[in-house]
Amino acid sequence: MSLGLYVAVATRAFRRYSTYRAATLAGVFTNSVFGVIYSYAYLALWAANPDAGGYDKVDAVTFVWLGQALLMTVALFGGGATEDLAERIRTGDVAIDLYRPVNLIGWYLASDLGRAAYHLVSRGVAPMLVGLLLFDLTLPVSPAHAVAFAVSLPLAVTLSFAIRFLVACSAFWLLDSSGVRVATMGLSIFLSGMLLPLVLFPGALGTVAEALPFAGYVQVPADIWLGRHDGSAILLHLGFQVVWIVVLLGCCTAVLRAATRKVVVQGG
Amino acid sequence: MADALVLTRRYVDIASLWVRAAWVYRTSFVTLVVANGLLTGLDAVAIFIMFSQLDQLGGFSLHEVALLYGASSIGLGIADTLIGSVERIGEHIRTGRLDQMLTKPLPLLLQVCADQFTLRRLGRITQASIVFAWAATYVDWTPARAGVAVLMVLSGGALFFGLFVMFSCIQFVTKDATEFSNAFTYGGATLTQYPLTIFPRELMRSLTFVVPVAFVNWYPCLYLLGRDDPWGMPSWLQFCSPLAAGAMVGVALLVWRTSVRHYTSTGS
Repeated sequence: MSLGLYVAVATRAFRRYSTYRAATLAGVFTNSVFGVIYSYAYLALWAANPDAGGYDKVDAVTFVWLGQALLMTVALFGGGATEDLAERIRTGDVAIDLYRPVNLIGWYLASDLGRAAYHLVSRGVAPMLVGLLLFDLTLPVSPAHAVAFAVSLPLAVTLSFAIRFLVACSAFWLLDSSGVRVATMGLSIFLSGMLLPLVLFPGALGTVAEALPFAGYVQVPADIWLGRHDGSAILLHLGFQVVWIVVLLGCCTAVLRAATRKVVVQGG
Repeated sequence: MADALVLTRRYVDIASLWVRAAWVYRTSFVTLVVANGLLTGLDAVAIFIMFSQLDQLGGFSLHEVALLYGASSIGLGIADTLIGSVERIGEHIRTGRLDQMLTKPLPLLLQVCADQFTLRRLGRITQASIVFAWAATYVDWTPARAGVAVLMVLSGGALFFGLFVMFSCIQFVTKDATEFSNAFTYGGATLTQYPLTIFPRELMRSLTFVVPVAFVNWYPCLYLLGRDDPWGMPSWLQFCSPLAAGAMVGVALLVWRTSVRHYTSTGS
């Protein structure tokens, strides 16, 4: 029964975002423009150093377009269902959410997965097609890799959701969480591989970046797509995403409990 | 002339109102400025990491690319701080606030630009200036080069001003396409971080003659660095940034005026 409810929430979120067609079209155009710019930048980089980070130039350009496809899907710039939550904390409407006989985290997660599904089929697939038209890209090397990639996507979204949820909850204490939000956005862009594949990061910086949850946003799914892992190594990387999800959703629960106990809802 | 002074004073009045309002949430404001500096500085970090993998990108060394980056980012920062709010025009149309603004005895463009003025973008200008200053220590300065550098920064700001205003006008036609303009404003800024040698020739030509962002930094920087144009373009183009900026602003204001004249309220 409750699964049906979450599916209903997700479907509504999907439809809500699909209303804005012009916005989607504009977004696809913008993703494509940035895809083209970064593709040429990476081509120049890999022309100067043909196996930088263990990628070849086709891998590198594929990485660019995967990044553009995942940008909105995993909400690297923030936004999504957690944005609604932050606003409702600010206005006090969150009190109503807490009344509901539904798990609040589950409700917002379902809504965010619905949003992500829409962003994947629109802002994900369309720029990827543009990339395929304009540049030489690799496709997943085997059906198993394609399936693993498909599994890693909802995991990436859930991972990013958990972090965005924590950021939104900071509004219980901070009144205005936009500072924390911008800072998290920077970390997400830098440490996910979106800005530059993490394989290029030198030494300790690279090791640390690959161990943090943000790596699960772009780097992990992209490496699966590019066929950089095989067999059990794929499971290891999916497991990396799952472990961080468990830890972070645990934090979400704890923070939410602390918030509802300690903070008097503002507004009124 | 007196007119311009009055208008500037009005702009400053409105802007300082917003600055004071932001100062109420002090912690958040300071975090935002710092976060903005770090966030926009990520592009610079990406360039430095890129150069850990190679010596030359498109035939340009690190300090040369840093000069390009700094110049472009300062230009964008200036425009974004002064008139970045013009991007919210679609929101004003949707909520009907634009109709209120039209009844006030001040130019619409000034009101829209000063609305929600925020100093947090000082973060970008600061970090870009640091990168620029570092790169400038490698430049063999002469009075003529200093003059070109000053004109470059002013023209860069004006060119981005033009792009912001012009592409925001799209929102008079479709209300949700804010992102479309990002492709030209932020896209232009991203593109000009790199030496234009990494792009195909046709792209370089359209960036010179169609959307003239090559004048933001590319041509004047070639002069500062004392380099011959790698594309064999005439060297007098290196002094044409103010002309390009003037043309851009002129066209943008024309588009703005036409858009406002054809504006019909949403009526709600």
